[in-house]
Amino acid sequence: MTADIAVSHVSRSFGTHKVLDDVSLTVAPGELLALLGPSGSGKTTLLRLIAGLDQPDSGRITIGDIDASSRKPKERGVGFVFQHYALFRHMSVFENIAFPLRVRKAGKAEIRARVEELLRLIQLEALAERYPSQLSGGQRQRVALARALASQPRVLLLDEPFGALDAVVRRDLRRWLHHLHREMNITTIFVTHDQEEAFELADRVVIMQQGRISQQGTPMDIYRQPANIFVHEFLGESNRIACHVVDRKVLAEAGYFLGHTQGGDGAATAFVRPHQIAVRPSASGPWRIAQIASSGTHARLTLAWQEARLESGMTADALLAAGFAVGTQVDVAFTSGAVFRDGGAPSALQNKPGETSGSALDAGRTRLSVL
Amino acid sequence: MSATISRSRRFAWREPSILPGFVPSLIFTLLWLGIIVVGPLAVMLWFTAGLGWRGFLDMVLRPRVLADLRVSVGSAFIASVVNLAFGLLIAWVLSRYRFPLRRIADALVDLPFALPTAVAGIALSTLYAPQGWIGHLLLPLGLRIAFTPAGIVVAMMFVSLPFIVRTVQPVIDDLDAEQEEAAHLMGASAWQIFWRVSFPTILPSLLTGFALAFARCLSEYGSIIFIAGNKPMISEIVPLLIVAQLDQFDYRGATAIGTLMLGVSFLLLLMINLLQSWVRRRQNG
Amino acid sequence: MVRILLITAALLVMVLFLVLPLLTVFIQALSAGFGAYVAAIADPNVTAAIGLTLLIAAIAVPANLLFGIVASWCIARFRFPGRSVLLTLIDLPFSISPVVAGLLEVLLFGLNGLLGPFLAVHGVQIIFAIPGMVIATIFVTFPFVAREVIPLAQEQGNDEEEAAVTLGASGLQIFWRVSLPKIRWGLFYGVLLCNARAMGEFGAVSVVSGKVFGATDTLPLAVESLYESYEIQAAFAAASLLALLALATLVLKAALEWWHRGEIAASRPRTSARPQKAA
Repeated sequence: MTADIAVSHVSRSFGTHKVLDDVSLTVAPGELLALLGPSGSGKTTLLRLIAGLDQPDSGRITIGDIDASSRKPKERGVGFVFQHYALFRHMSVFENIAFPLRVRKAGKAEIRARVEELLRLIQLEALAERYPSQLSGGQRQRVALARALASQPRVLLLDEPFGALDAVVRRDLRRWLHHLHREMNITTIFVTHDQEEAFELADRVVIMQQGRISQQGTPMDIYRQPANIFVHEFLGESNRIACHVVDRKVLAEAGYFLGHTQGGDGAATAFVRPHQIAVRPSASGPWRIAQIASSGTHARLTLAWQEARLESGMTADALLAAGFAVGTQVDVAFTSGAVFRDGGAPSALQNKPGETSGSALDAGRTRLSVL
Repeated sequence: MSATISRSRRFAWREPSILPGFVPSLIFTLLWLGIIVVGPLAVMLWFTAGLGWRGFLDMVLRPRVLADLRVSVGSAFIASVVNLAFGLLIAWVLSRYRFPLRRIADALVDLPFALPTAVAGIALSTLYAPQGWIGHLLLPLGLRIAFTPAGIVVAMMFVSLPFIVRTVQPVIDDLDAEQEEAAHLMGASAWQIFWRVSFPTILPSLLTGFALAFARCLSEYGSIIFIAGNKPMISEIVPLLIVAQLDQFDYRGATAIGTLMLGVSFLLLLMINLLQSWVRRRQNG
Repeated sequence: MVRILLITAALLVMVLFLVLPLLTVFIQALSAGFGAYVAAIADPNVTAAIGLTLLIAAIAVPANLLFGIVASWCIARFRFPGRSVLLTLIDLPFSISPVVAGLLEVLLFGLNGLLGPFLAVHGVQIIFAIPGMVIATIFVTFPFVAREVIPLAQEQGNDEEEAAVTLGASGLQIFWRVSLPKIRWGLFYGVLLCNARAMGEFGAVSVVSGKVFGATDTLPLAVESLYESYEIQAAFAAASLLALLALATLVLKAALEWWHRGEIAASRPRTSARPQKAA
């Protein structure tokens, strides 16, 4: 499949600060791609380079079969939605959306037809004569999108489209954008720092850090096989456990057994997510619940044993059903996890059935003590 | 695949922007600026340079010039200091209190900005002349304002009052109510709260306002010449001196003093800018 | 209690210093009755002065408006070394005494000035004639529009303009459809202040004018002429016109500020906090 957008060895520096370092990626036609990363990762810069709002110091950008590097934004056929919408404050919604058409000297009837079509698409027909200051954040966002689509661009670029909105509106718009993309099937790249958003919306995710691409792939691929610790931690919360591997057994430095893994012996770091820790009440269990924090629908348990601390998560309903309270003695089991060694891809943490992970190791740290 | 050197290299001396029209607008701006402002200034400085250091000092250190400088600077100082009090009072009242006619009073503060100086000049002169409304009230007290150095101070006060009010007002507007409430809860009296909590915050802007007022007083002409006595050495301000010398075609003298005034304006401007950035740093710190 | 004292004191000061002079103008103007007032204004020398004032303003204000608009595009929308130097230079006419401004012109265009001989040879009269007064007024009112518009344009940022670029607009289209509407009220405000100063300028124009009452006197100069010749009532009659202009300016200023208080509050402190040097 030919790429619709190809970024090839692109670098960009601002002064002495290298914002993008030899970045290459391709976007397939009709694909919805997310550029995901923390602030300073270069994702917005990359988007702006593709849009033509900035020029790379080196490298090439191709859109369709045109070498876009030398083209001005309007010749690239991109629609761009700014983070803060950049709606024309002195124009009505109708005029905002009509702007790209007016600028191309389209006929009145044509403009009216197209704008009304877009207003229907974004479901804001009733607000055509309103001004941006009279709209809510979510409405403004939709107008900005309609405006970007008005000139029928071949590529749609969105810079943190939902960043300035509150959680509920964000979720609604996410769903709406997904639906829109399905309908229009236009190649789309959007930039976000919200991992959940990227994963929920995108066909493919590109994770960036400090001007370089850490990993790219489908959301499921990345989740299953994070390329390095940065990606793993970026995807979500994780317990970081210092450990070492002996004979394919993973033993925590704090003195408990984690499970089995592939690969050689040596020092390592295990990452176990809160939901990958199963907690069962047990009169003899070495762990106890040190703290319970509820965030409405979910609860976070802090488990303690000697000096070790683990964060486990469960739904509030499950918590209530289990009847956990601070001080309850529990058994801890690691259902899965990832083991990272210096330089590279992790190996999976696994548990054989019938084995008690989370149990204490004896003083020699090589054998399991059976309690 | 060869790397493409981007366009931005060509404009490495400025931050690249995708907005068009930079060069034409810059050329237009520079041209206009050069013809209207820089050119004439350069000419005057060139003329002054032609006098030489010795010549310049000769012109500037003449007794009449020194005396007039004393009059201008002295009156400007007094007027600005007095306006510190009046300006602070008015700014405080306008900012903190609600009362009928407040809007009108607020707009009125800008009157000296908007009123042509000649109009202010004759109005003040008539008002403070011995037969004028205020003048005849002060006569029995032995106070003569019009046609004396005191008249200069009064005219300068009229002209510079808004500078202090408008510089201080925003700062008062922004005073943190919570700080004052905290002080009140701790038992401070209204005066103590003002003096210890509010005033230190206002002080920098007062100084800035003072500098602005002072600079204005020095360069003012139209409002003053009607009410001042305009007697050389006694009640003549420096701008008038320049005019007098031009009338007598003493271009060299006028140029020297003009350059002197320019230098003083620059110094004051520098001081004001430094003050303002100091204020900004304090407020953001 | 303190409150009432302070308010009274402040109002007293304002009445004393601001209101009384203003009242004096009108009372003196009408001191010989309304008929005399009208006669004074209708006097051909005064009407000539009014005409000249209007003419000068009609040239100076649009010129500085144009400059303000172009300078705001160049300075507010781009970043380049020397930008702050440009800003300082633009502000310069503000900090200079109007008399010095007039002096500058005399040195440039006067008989003994730099271009004096050249102009004399070509029979062009600038100093002591109307062109000189126009130039002096342009100099003195030079920064007014730019000072209002540049900070405004800067605070508004380039987002909308950049969006317009991505939507395919050309430079002129961006300026006309996007930028200009945004800075509209700043332009009105600047023009208002520029005009007030242009019509009321005294010091600079006085230095370069021929001071021939009826030919090269603007209204402020006519006021001076009349006053010096002890035609007090006539002088104040002419002055009253300027005072009315000042009041109209204040009212429009307040109206503009109130109209756009949302925008102003969001972006910057009160405009009038910055110094303006009247003649």
